[in-house]
Amino acid sequence: MEALIIKDLYKTYSNGKYVLKGVDLAVPEGDFFALLGPNGAGKTTIINIITSLTYKTDGSIKVFGHDFDLQANLAKSFIGIVPQEFNINMFETCSNILINQAGYYGITRKEAIIRTEKYLKSVKLWDRKDDIARTLSGGMKRRLMIARALVHEPRLLILDEPTAGVDIEIRRSMWNLLREINDIGMTIILTTHYLEEAESLCRNIAIIDEGKIIENDSISNIVKKLSQQSFIFNLSNSCNKRPNIENFKVSMKSENEIEVRVSSHQNLNDVFQEFSKQGIEISSMRAKSNRLEELFISYVDAKRNDDE
Amino acid sequence: MMNNIIKNMRINRLVRINLVGFYTIIRREIKRVVRIWIQTILPPAITMTLYFIIFGSLIGSRIGDMSGVPYTTFIAPGLIMMSIITNSFGNVVSSFFSGKLHRHLEEMLVSPMEITTIVFGFVSGGLFRGILVSLVVTIVALFFTELKITYPLITVSTIILTSVTFSLAGLLNAIFAKNFDEISIIPTFVLAPLTYLGGVFFSISLLSPFWQSVAQFNPILYMVNAFRYGMLGISDIPILKAYTIIILALVFLFSLVIFLLKRGTGVRN
Ligand SMILES: Nc1ncnc2c1ncn2[C@@H]1O[C@H](COP(=O)(O)OP(=O)(O)O)[C@@H](O)[C@H]1O
Ligand SMILES: [Mg+2]
Repeated sequence: MEALIIKDLYKTYSNGKYVLKGVDLAVPEGDFFALLGPNGAGKTTIINIITSLTYKTDGSIKVFGHDFDLQANLAKSFIGIVPQEFNINMFETCSNILINQAGYYGITRKEAIIRTEKYLKSVKLWDRKDDIARTLSGGMKRRLMIARALVHEPRLLILDEPTAGVDIEIRRSMWNLLREINDIGMTIILTTHYLEEAESLCRNIAIIDEGKIIENDSISNIVKKLSQQSFIFNLSNSCNKRPNIENFKVSMKSENEIEVRVSSHQNLNDVFQEFSKQGIEISSMRAKSNRLEELFISYVDAKRNDDE
Repeated sequence: MMNNIIKNMRINRLVRINLVGFYTIIRREIKRVVRIWIQTILPPAITMTLYFIIFGSLIGSRIGDMSGVPYTTFIAPGLIMMSIITNSFGNVVSSFFSGKLHRHLEEMLVSPMEITTIVFGFVSGGLFRGILVSLVVTIVALFFTELKITYPLITVSTIILTSVTFSLAGLLNAIFAKNFDEISIIPTFVLAPLTYLGGVFFSISLLSPFWQSVAQFNPILYMVNAFRYGMLGISDIPILKAYTIIILALVFLFSLVIFLLKRGTGVRN
């Protein structure tokens, strides 16, 4: 059974902005799925359409087989959502936020109180249960939203950029929590603009750019397709002329930083040899961190080659 | 056969969601009214005490009778009604609008509850505050005048109908409001004038025939008079006509609010 099927989804906002241009997606039950794309690609728009905060212009959505046009409320009852922006009542206590949320999904108060304890503990906020949300830090608020999304025990958990603005340590513990939840069978979809996050958590991935899905595959296949990677070389001595290396794209980042683009079929040894031949001394080297950007470059390059 | 069973299970699931959801919203709204009682319950008590002191005791004693009863007695039902109107309206407009502004209204919008359930929930909050305030103001009134309840059923039903109608009006205001200014415009420029001209302080028989017919367009006139009839047994308006108009206003506002929210006006893109 598919947890989510999106067919031919279009969205034009009332200001005429044409944001989704025929999106197709299928997420199998139990999957850990990433929707990856740069800012403004349309990720939040898709999520908001699934949770009914935004109306679609055209297309169809099914959640566990329930069509949104026919059984929206039934479909919505299976979803838990952690939105990109805080939408908690800042003057309500953490436990009341969860108890109320459970109530909106038909869970009686008695049961809601039990679950509130369970899920506040799972995000390590139990000791803050009687504090109002306003007094929590940003990372805590985000965890509170995760607990809120879990309290009615949805079959599909959707997180919109869950780790944006969250520090490294909390990000790790959040990742672990999400893995545990997925292990017990909950389908998870998250949006992100970090390839690293998708890579370390997810099995399958769709890449969206300008309202279109440009790739939809398993993470391992996608990473294989990451045909080129850039490396930054730090030089021991500054260099004022861009060195030329045959078959490699070389650029100067600064006087003592050189960037080299290396394709999967090329060999880093050649670069080192060439550097020593030209008397350039390397003190250290690192991979350029924004691999998503590189992924896009490789897609755009591939497209250009197709067009030619 | 199997299909029918599955269908019934689904219906039960959705019925349960809406019942528990409704209870959850009411409980939350009532807690809100009680928690911020300094903003919700105290002000009408103070304002009404002032009205009774100034218009009732100080000025009222010089006015003498109106419609055959002492002036203080005459204005008491009107003042109770006025508090119900402003408080029911104010409760829903501020609760719904702050949910919209701080986005926690989204919790309910993404949930599987029906729009109607959400509307009933907010309106019940307004009704709770309306009834609570009417009790408080009635107690205040009893310090200044004697009150009787001639027709209990009419008295209670007008309180409920009026409170629900203005809770819906508050919701309508909150749906369209984009900032705090826009939730104070309607109470100041529409609600207050209509209330003051709605026969709270005078019998419309005092007006010239022309202004009497203009006053007929003011829905608050019917509420105040129906309520005064329930308490004192006097009214400027035939009671059946008053009920008809109040119920029409209620049904119109309810349908409009449901229509707008289903369309997503003010809450969805
Ligand atoms: N309510 C709105 N009205 C008009 N345009 C919008 C609205 N919300 C988002 N957009 C536009 O739609 C595009 C996609 O936005 P969004 O879905 O938030 O992207 P992402 O989540 O991938 O960063 C952006 O160009 C954004 O400006
Ligand atoms: Mg986004």
